[in-house]
Amino acid sequence: MSSSIIEVPGNWTFFLDHRAEIFSATLDHLTLVVIAMAIAILIGVPLGMFIVQRAALRTIALGIASIFQTIPSLALFGFLIPIPFIGGIGKRTAIVALVLYALLPILRNTYVGLTGIDPAVLEAAEAMGMTRAQILWRVRFPLALAVILAGIRTATIITIGVATIAAAIGAGGLGTFIFRGVALVSDSLILAGAIPAALLAILADFLLGLLERRLKVS
Amino acid sequence: MGLSIEMNTKTVDSSGNSIEFCDVAYHINVIPARIIVSGISLTISQGETVVLLGRSGSGKTTLLKLINGMLLPSKGKILVQGRATADWDPIRLRRGIGYVIQDAGLFPHFTVAENVALVPSLENWDAARTAARVEEMLQLVGLNPREYAKRRPRELSGGQRQRVGVARALAADPPILLTDEPFGALDPVTRAELQREFSALARRLGKTIVFVTHDLREALLLASRIVLLEAGRIVASGSPKEFLHINHPEVRAFTSSLSVPPGAST
Repeated sequence: MSSSIIEVPGNWTFFLDHRAEIFSATLDHLTLVVIAMAIAILIGVPLGMFIVQRAALRTIALGIASIFQTIPSLALFGFLIPIPFIGGIGKRTAIVALVLYALLPILRNTYVGLTGIDPAVLEAAEAMGMTRAQILWRVRFPLALAVILAGIRTATIITIGVATIAAAIGAGGLGTFIFRGVALVSDSLILAGAIPAALLAILADFLLGLLERRLKVS
Repeated sequence: MGLSIEMNTKTVDSSGNSIEFCDVAYHINVIPARIIVSGISLTISQGETVVLLGRSGSGKTTLLKLINGMLLPSKGKILVQGRATADWDPIRLRRGIGYVIQDAGLFPHFTVAENVALVPSLENWDAARTAARVEEMLQLVGLNPREYAKRRPRELSGGQRQRVGVARALAADPPILLTDEPFGALDPVTRAELQREFSALARRLGKTIVFVTHDLREALLLASRIVLLEAGRIVASGSPKEFLHINHPEVRAFTSSLSVPPGAST
C-alpha cells in the first residue's frame, strides 16, 4: 500500500485513483461469495430435500445449522483457524466459515418450501399414480423453488456482509479496505470497502428478488 | 355381513371393472390400535355409481383410499378388477383409477391443459394424442379449450377448477372414478349445476363411480346405490328410492335433514 492512500481525503478522486484496486478487491470478494454460496447450495438443498421425510435427522441438521448462525462471525473465523485441513489463514478457512453461515437459510427454506405445499395437491399427485420421485421433481420441487430461492437470497446477502470480515483472516476482498481504514483512521479507505460491499448486497438482493418473483406460482 | 338391503342386480364380472371389499378392516397402528373401518363387505359392479354417505369421520374417505391402494387393509382384502390391491403395483393401479377431491388439488404451476394431460403424460402418450384428448376432456366438462387451456388454476373460479379436476381424472379413460366430496366447497348454485352435469356425465360414460359425500340430496341425485356408513361400519345400503324407507336411526337422521321446509332456517 502506498502512503498516498492515507493522505487523500474522502472524495471521488480517491475512488477514481484506486479504481483498479477496488475493482480487483470487489472481484475477490465476489469470488469468495460465489464459491461459498455454490458449496452451501450444493449441501443445503439436497440436505433439505433429504430431511423432509426424516424427523430425527431434521432436528439435528437444523439445530447444528442454527448454532453456526449464532456464533459471531469474527469468532467463527477464529475458531476455524486452528482446525487442521480446513483451518489456517486464507481463503479456504473463510469459505468454510461462509458456507456454515449460509447453510441455515438455505436448509430451512428448502425444508419449509418442500413441506409447505397444499396437501390436496400432494394427495392428487399420489392418487393419479405419480411415483415418489415424480412427485418430488415435478410437484414438490417446482412449487418449493420460490421459497428455496428466498433462502438463497437471504444467504447471499449474509455472505456478502460476512465476507468483509473474512479479510481479518487474510482472505482478501473488500474487507481489506475496511480493516485498513479502521487501523489508519481513513474514512476514504473504509468507504472504498463499504460502498462496493453495500452495492453488491443491494444488487444481489434485487436480482435474486426478481428471479424469485418470476418463479412464484400462487 | 348383516346387510338386508337388496344388492345390485347386475351380474358381477370378476374380470371386469368391479370393486369388491371382502370383510375389510383398517386401523391405525398406534397403541391401542384405532379402528377406522371394520367389517366392510361390499361389491361394486361395473357401471354402478355407489355413493358412500356418512358424517365426518365415518370412514368414507378411508374406503376410497383403500380402493386405490393409498391405504392397505389391516384385515381382509379389496379386489379391484379381480386382483387384491395389495398385489397390484400401486402406480399401475392408480393410473387406472380417476380421483377427484374437494379442493380439486390442481397443480398450481401447471396450466389447465397440463393438469388435464397429467396421466397421459405419465403414460407417455404422444403429443398429438394428448392434445386431442385434453381438448376432448375440456369440452366434456363444459370448458372451452381455446379460452381455458392456457390458464393457470388460480385464474379459475372454484367451479371451473372442479371441472378441470374431473377432466384430469377422466383423461386417461380409467374404468373407475373415485370422487371425495368434489362439490363440497362450492357455492350452492354452482354445486347444483355441477351435480346435474356430473350425473348426466356419469350416465353417459358408464364408469364405475364411487362417490363420497355427507349430503343426502347429492347422494339421491347421483347414486344408483347409496351405502351409509356410521362409525366405520356399513349400516344401510339401497337404491335412492329404497334408502329413504330404511328403518335405521342413522338413515332417519339423514332423511330428517331433508325435511326442513325451504326458508325455515331464516
